[in-house]
Amino acid sequence: MLGYALRRVLSAIPIALIAVTVCFFVLRLAPGGPFDGERALPPTVLANLRAHYNLDQPLVVQYLIYIWRLLQGDLGPSMVIDGFNVSQLISIGFPFTLTVAMSAFVIATVIGVIAGMIAAVNQNKWPDYVLVLVVMLGVVIPNFLMAALLQLWFGVYLGWLPAGGWVAGSIPHLVLPVTVLAWPHAARISRLMRGSMIEVLGTNFVRTARSKGLGQRLVLARHAIKPALLPVVSYLGPGMSYLLTGSLAVEQIFGLPGIGKYFVTAALNRDYGVVLGTTILYMFIILALNLIVDLVYAWLDPKVRYR
Amino acid sequence: MSEVLKVEDMSVTFDLHDSEVHAVREMNFTLAEGETLAVVGESGSGKSQAFLSIMGLLAKNGRATGRAVMGDVDLIGMAPKQLDIYRGKDIAMIFQDPMTSLNPTLRVKTQLAEVLVTHRNFDKQAAIKTSIEMLERVGIPEPVKRANAYPHELSGGMRQRVMIAMSLLCQPKILIADEPTTALDVTVQAQMLDLFKKLTEDFGTALVLITHDLGVVAGIADRMMVMYGGRAVETGKTDDLFYDPRHPYTLGLLHSTPHIAKRTARLDPIQGLPPSLEHLPQGCSFNPRCAFAFDRCHAERPPLTEAGEGRQKACFYEGAMKYGEVA
Repeated sequence: MLGYALRRVLSAIPIALIAVTVCFFVLRLAPGGPFDGERALPPTVLANLRAHYNLDQPLVVQYLIYIWRLLQGDLGPSMVIDGFNVSQLISIGFPFTLTVAMSAFVIATVIGVIAGMIAAVNQNKWPDYVLVLVVMLGVVIPNFLMAALLQLWFGVYLGWLPAGGWVAGSIPHLVLPVTVLAWPHAARISRLMRGSMIEVLGTNFVRTARSKGLGQRLVLARHAIKPALLPVVSYLGPGMSYLLTGSLAVEQIFGLPGIGKYFVTAALNRDYGVVLGTTILYMFIILALNLIVDLVYAWLDPKVRYR
Repeated sequence: MSEVLKVEDMSVTFDLHDSEVHAVREMNFTLAEGETLAVVGESGSGKSQAFLSIMGLLAKNGRATGRAVMGDVDLIGMAPKQLDIYRGKDIAMIFQDPMTSLNPTLRVKTQLAEVLVTHRNFDKQAAIKTSIEMLERVGIPEPVKRANAYPHELSGGMRQRVMIAMSLLCQPKILIADEPTTALDVTVQAQMLDLFKKLTEDFGTALVLITHDLGVVAGIADRMMVMYGGRAVETGKTDDLFYDPRHPYTLGLLHSTPHIAKRTARLDPIQGLPPSLEHLPQGCSFNPRCAFAFDRCHAERPPLTEAGEGRQKACFYEGAMKYGEVA
C-alpha cells in the first residue's frame, strides 16, 4: 500500500511540470498584456515596467525564471495590483473559497451517497421517484438561475436567509451559496450511487451474504457499500475540481470575498502572475485530490493494489 | 430417521411484464436428517428456483407459495428479518459460481467470521480462530495465510472450499449445494464431492445437491428427485432410479450420459428441447419428447404417485422400458 502511494506521488511530478508549462505559454499566446490600459503609458515607463517584470526577456528565459522561482515556492508579484504578490492575494481569498467548496463537497457527498442508497434499496418505489425528481432539478437548473431563485425565495420573500454579501464568520451567509454549489454535485453522486448500488445488490456475493442471514443492515453496510462506492470515488476528484471552479462563479453571484474576484479580474487584465499562480494552485489541489482518490480506490478494491 | 425439511405443495411463480411463469409447481418432498438428496434436471427445470425460494432468495418478481417446514417453522413467506434467524445457521447454501459468490472487497476471514458473530454471538477473535480451523478442515493448505487473503488471490477450487467452510460454520441441519462442482476443474470436482460427503457425515447435515451431472449423483446421493418442466417426475433411491428407471425422462437422462464401460460410438440424447415454462404442452409436459407417450398423456397430466417401495413417478406408462427399441 505504501509503495503504491509512493508510485502515485512520483507519477504526479511530470504531470505537474507539463501543466505549468502549458499554462505559461498558452497565457502568453493571448493577445494584450498587463500594461495595456485604456490610456497608453509613456514608452519609457512601459519599458521600465517590462524590464522590472522581466517581460523584455525572451519568452523561454522568462519561463525558466518563473520555474526557478516556483521551485523556491515564489509565485511572483501581481503585475496589476500594486504592492501585492500572488501568494498574498491567494492567502487572502483562497481560504474562503476552500471553505465554501469543501463544505459543499462534504455535504454533497454525504447526501448524494445516502440518497443514492435509499433510491437503490427502494428501486421503483416512491422514495426513489421523489429523489429522482429532486436530483433532476439540481442537474437541469444552471447554478446562476438556481442562485437567483433561492435568493428570491429565501432571501427576499421569506427573509429567512441573507440574499448575498458577507459578514465575517456568519454561517447563514454561507447557506445559500453552499446549497447552490452542492446541489448539482449531490445530484450526480446520487445518480452514480443509485446505479452502482442496484448493480451490486444484484450480484452473487450479495446473494451469498443474504444466504448467511446477516440481516439487511449488515448486508448493506459491510457487503454492498464498499463495492458500490467505487464509481462514486472515481468521480470525487473531478467533482471537487468542479466545485472549486464553480465556487468562483457562485462567489461572484453572492458577492463573497473568495479568490474568484481576483481570478476573474486578473484574467481580464492579463495579470500573468495571478492567473498562473491561481491555476497552479488549483492544479496542485486537483492532483492531490486525484491522489487521495486513487488511494481510497486501492483501499476499496484490493485488486487495484497490485496493478 | 427424523425429517429435517418437509416441503408441501410448494410453487414458485415469476411475474413478467404481462404474464407469469410457473418455475416450480406443487413440489412435495421430505428430507431426512443427514441424508443426501440429489435434485436432477435440465436447465430451466426449476431445480435452483425451488431451493432459492426456501432460502428466501428469489428475485424481486418471484413469489413462492406452499410450505417448507423446517423443525416447527415454515420458511415460505417468512419475512426476511425472521428468515435471517435460520439462514446461515440451520440452513445454508452454496452457489454454482465460486468466482463471484465471495465478496471481492473483504478478506476471507471477515466473510467467514461474520457468520459466527451473527448466529453464535462469538467475539471477533474467537470467530476468526474457529473460521481458520474450519478452513483447515475443508482442506485448505496454510489456512492462516488464506484467511487473510482476498478472494481474487485464491483459485476457483480454493474459493469453493471457502464457500463450503463458510456454509458449515454453524453446523447447519440442511446444506443446499446448487451445482457446486459445475464451474470447477474435473480433477477438483471429485475432491469436492469427497469433501461434501465427509463433512456432511461428520456434522450430520442433510445435503441437497442440485445438479445436472448424473455422475455426481451416482457417487454421493442416497435419494434423487428428477425434475422436468417445474415438477418432480420421479423420486426414489439413487440405485433404484439408476438401475430401474420408471419414468421415460429419467431413462433418457441416463442414456445421454457417457459411460466408460459401454463403449458406444454415439450418445443417445433426448430428442427435442426442454419446454418453455410459459407454454407447457397439454397433458404431460414431457409428451412431445417421449417415445412411450399415448393418447392419455396428451389429454391429462399424470400425478406423482407411488411406484414401488419408497419411490414415486409421474407417468401413465406401465410397460417395460427398453431404450434401444424406441430410440
